[in-house]
Amino acid sequence: MFNAALSGDRRSLAQLLSVVEAGGDDFEFVAPKLLASAKGIHTIGLTGAPGAGKSTLTDAMIGEALRAQRKIAVIAVDPSSPFTGGAILGDRVRLSDEHARDESVFVRSLASRGQLGGLSLAVPGMISALDAAGWPIALVETVGVGQSEVAIAASADTTVVVVNPGWGDEVQANKAGLLEVADILVVNKSDRPGADATVRDLERMLHLGAARSWNPPIVKTIAAEGKGADVLWQAINDHRAFMEASGEWEERRRTRRLVELRERVTSALQRISTDIEKNEGQDIAMRVANGELDPATGAAQLRAMLGKRLGD
Amino acid sequence: MTAARILVAKTSLDGHWRGINVVSRALRDGGFEVILAGMVTADTIARVAADEDVDLIGLNVGGRVEVVERILDTLAEHGVKTPVFAGGTIPHYAVEKLEKRGVRCFPPGSSLDDIVACARELTGTVA
Repeated sequence: MFNAALSGDRRSLAQLLSVVEAGGDDFEFVAPKLLASAKGIHTIGLTGAPGAGKSTLTDAMIGEALRAQRKIAVIAVDPSSPFTGGAILGDRVRLSDEHARDESVFVRSLASRGQLGGLSLAVPGMISALDAAGWPIALVETVGVGQSEVAIAASADTTVVVVNPGWGDEVQANKAGLLEVADILVVNKSDRPGADATVRDLERMLHLGAARSWNPPIVKTIAAEGKGADVLWQAINDHRAFMEASGEWEERRRTRRLVELRERVTSALQRISTDIEKNEGQDIAMRVANGELDPATGAAQLRAMLGKRLGD
Repeated sequence: MTAARILVAKTSLDGHWRGINVVSRALRDGGFEVILAGMVTADTIARVAADEDVDLIGLNVGGRVEVVERILDTLAEHGVKTPVFAGGTIPHYAVEKLEKRGVRCFPPGSSLDDIVACARELTGTVA
């Protein structure tokens, strides 16, 4: 399956992506091979508030990629229900049928799973798989509401943050932290009132920050009509050229690999600690839940148990 | 632990999204990952089922059983062996026809619990 996926068989790639997403031993078996087959995929993170028009912009970016005769893969992330673990992955609804069945397009929907590190493990793994299979561009679409989603976007080579006219004031934008991760800002639905004021606000906020070697451009789009899509596509390519010329391309990869390393260790520790809570640490957890033991002391006791397990 | 994945697609061009929304919601609450494809052609359903590596395909039927049969043919042509179930306005005579081809049918009046139970059975997952 692995070799077939790398030689261009879609069905095998789809199955490989499932293996990567599940994590586990099967993934650890293929992970070294993925690194050996890495080619240098350009990862574009697309994030913004719900309803900002991310999926419609994604469809427009697919159109631009196809016009430039480039293959493009999309990982569309939607949140899982924290209660049932189920999810409705609806990003394909905005995808045109023509794009959905184009040979040069590969779209994969992914649920955020809600578990700690879930997304931050699945996404980099899936990008490595797409890279190994020869996909030159991966666009990762996430809802920019939580820290982990922002982190996913930030771990891309090029992060595009989508806002709409009338989007909050300066304080809110700063609070959201989205501006810090943006390499490109998009004001989508820019036919709505207040678009120019929003562009001015964003410009002012960008100037408040520390001077950077790359000044994030602000692009106005009307994604539903395809307007501005070519400008955004150009900005993405300009950013790539900047990264390659400045050494940032390799620098971001180094950071990203270290982040993934830490996430994988943290997630493994988290799994053991959850297991302890259900077994030898059950009494401690119960007493914390009942308010008989303070969480800090309880944590210290569980940590001792964790140390014991790791020592085995 | 990965949740079972279900592709849900509309097979008619009408604007009735209520049924598909209600069923998708019930499946999500049942712990499934529901991939909504919207209104797409038979070829696209086959492509999406493969690319998304789904465990089950749910078709929302808008009265025309021929469309569903064509989708089943297309899936077979593409070598997609994923199980299929269908819901929506499926005429009585069509239920028998589709079930003969291995498609479990849920015509109007079916209970959401039954639909979710069927999804569990077809994907081999437990509650």
